[in-house]
Amino acid sequence: VTAGWMIAVPVVGALASLVVPRGRWTRGVGVAAVALSASVAAVLAMGVYEATVRHPVGGWEAPLGIELHADGLAVLAALVACVVMLVVSIYASAYFSRDPGSHGWRVEEAFWPSWLILLAALMALLLSADAFNIYVALELMTLAAVGLVVLSPSRGATAAATRYLFAAMLGSLAYMLGVALLYGATGALELDAVGAALEGGVLAWAAIALTTAGLLLKCALFPLHFWLPRAHANAPPPVSAALSGLVVAAAIYVLLRLWLHAFAPVVTPAAAQLMGALGAAAIVWGGIQAIRQQSLKLLVAYSTVSQVGYFFVLIPLVLVPAHAMLETRAAAWSGGMYLMGAHAFAKAALFLAAGAIAMALGHDRIVGVRGIATHLPISTYAFGIAGLTLIGLPPSGGFVGKWLLLAAAVESRQWWWVATLVVGGMLTAGYVFLVLGQEMSEARSDAPAHFTPVPLTMEVTAMALALASLTMGFAAAEPLRILQEATPLALGR
Amino acid sequence: MISTRIYLVAAVVVLCIGLFSLLRQSDLVRRLLAFNTVTSAIFLFLVAAAHGDGSVAPDPVPHAMVLTGIVVAISMTALALALIRRLQEQGEETAVAEPGTREDER
Repeated sequence: VTAGWMIAVPVVGALASLVVPRGRWTRGVGVAAVALSASVAAVLAMGVYEATVRHPVGGWEAPLGIELHADGLAVLAALVACVVMLVVSIYASAYFSRDPGSHGWRVEEAFWPSWLILLAALMALLLSADAFNIYVALELMTLAAVGLVVLSPSRGATAAATRYLFAAMLGSLAYMLGVALLYGATGALELDAVGAALEGGVLAWAAIALTTAGLLLKCALFPLHFWLPRAHANAPPPVSAALSGLVVAAAIYVLLRLWLHAFAPVVTPAAAQLMGALGAAAIVWGGIQAIRQQSLKLLVAYSTVSQVGYFFVLIPLVLVPAHAMLETRAAAWSGGMYLMGAHAFAKAALFLAAGAIAMALGHDRIVGVRGIATHLPISTYAFGIAGLTLIGLPPSGGFVGKWLLLAAAVESRQWWWVATLVVGGMLTAGYVFLVLGQEMSEARSDAPAHFTPVPLTMEVTAMALALASLTMGFAAAEPLRILQEATPLALGR
Repeated sequence: MISTRIYLVAAVVVLCIGLFSLLRQSDLVRRLLAFNTVTSAIFLFLVAAAHGDGSVAPDPVPHAMVLTGIVVAISMTALALALIRRLQEQGEETAVAEPGTREDER
């Protein structure tokens, strides 16, 4: 099994889902292809324990060909993405089967091919080590993601998707121009070679600024988050889960790979602090906006705007301390990456639970969820457990990640980031408990007596993801070790 | 040498025209055209830069990037046009506000 299979399996699945007979076959092929990708990822994860795998696609070596780069980080990220996609796929088959008419099948026929292309794009992005290859994967991911948003019957979905697409197109223009300048400055596209050849200068800084600006739009980092809340809140619940948990995270993953690896030799402490400051602004702004929302899905979407900030606070924690503090920096790095995985599980669980609640109620206004705990206890607890991870309470995976970030901030004496992390945790607790408080209070006397029945599968899958984010706190040692070994800092810079 | 420079300058001029209308236009179709203009400018720049001073063979890597970029730009344009059409259809049926005029709920 080589890394190429990670991309080939979902692509073949997408093509197969287009040609098989309509109806149940499409769904079967879709779920099977995601399951197969997850198994490939698991096999690859076991094989990567020893060493990083480099796989030149089609036998063409870099710099002419495209090399896939499967190090510990990439493979763990691919495994997390595949598992989340698999669980969400099971949720999606239950979600779509509630509407079994010809319209329902039409939506599903459009869903599965795009869903599998999205998975292929995610895998290509995580396994790429080449700036231009990353561009292609980013575009493929955007196309699939926008297509999935418009599957929603909600009225605002088309407008939200259009805005998402235009923002993403602007981001890709900046990124592509940046990559072109990067090639002009270094004569390389492969990230290792770029890092080795990159020196300061106007051209290099223009390239860094443009690629970063393009990726910031795709990461939805405050103040470039304007497209995210509506697109994520209007999409069908399984799509929201993948967009918020994985698609945004994949863009952040690329940006971190660039900044902490290829750009690291020329990044100044001031630039790193600036990225951290943007992250801090995102944490605070997103958190306050989340508390102010009236709708459950918009609240969860703004929570993504907030959580994105943590990965930018990671940049000064990894780059700024002196070289002597390599251990602190490596701990911050592995903690940040672990947090990204925990966030993927937790955020997907939150959107799936919110989708189940919205299905039962017929709407997702927060004032309306009062007393839903007695009707949908599993979804309510899934929301609560995933919320624990977001807040960073022990024993969740979010706690491990945020604790390592906090420890690195203290050890490197960057007190302002300690304050940011604490404030972020409080804001997160604010909006999580706001919803939980409503869900668990007694139903109002004018509450509807009748709820739309929700398939048990939808509730159980949401719970499974929430529990996964929780148990990541117990099984942290081994993944953290692998992540530390895959740290860009170990390259001796 | 001089002809390469003409192309590079032309690319910058086209880029400025595209960016100018990108910022000025509120109509989605016009904005999409502006996007395509900017994209073409970037492609022109890349091909011209790959040509160098003409004394050595042109660098093939930027050409490959342009080819891929064209495919991506066409796919993006097609999807954007489909979305704009759907918006117009919905606008006739449901008379929702024009896209982009509504800001996020704050």
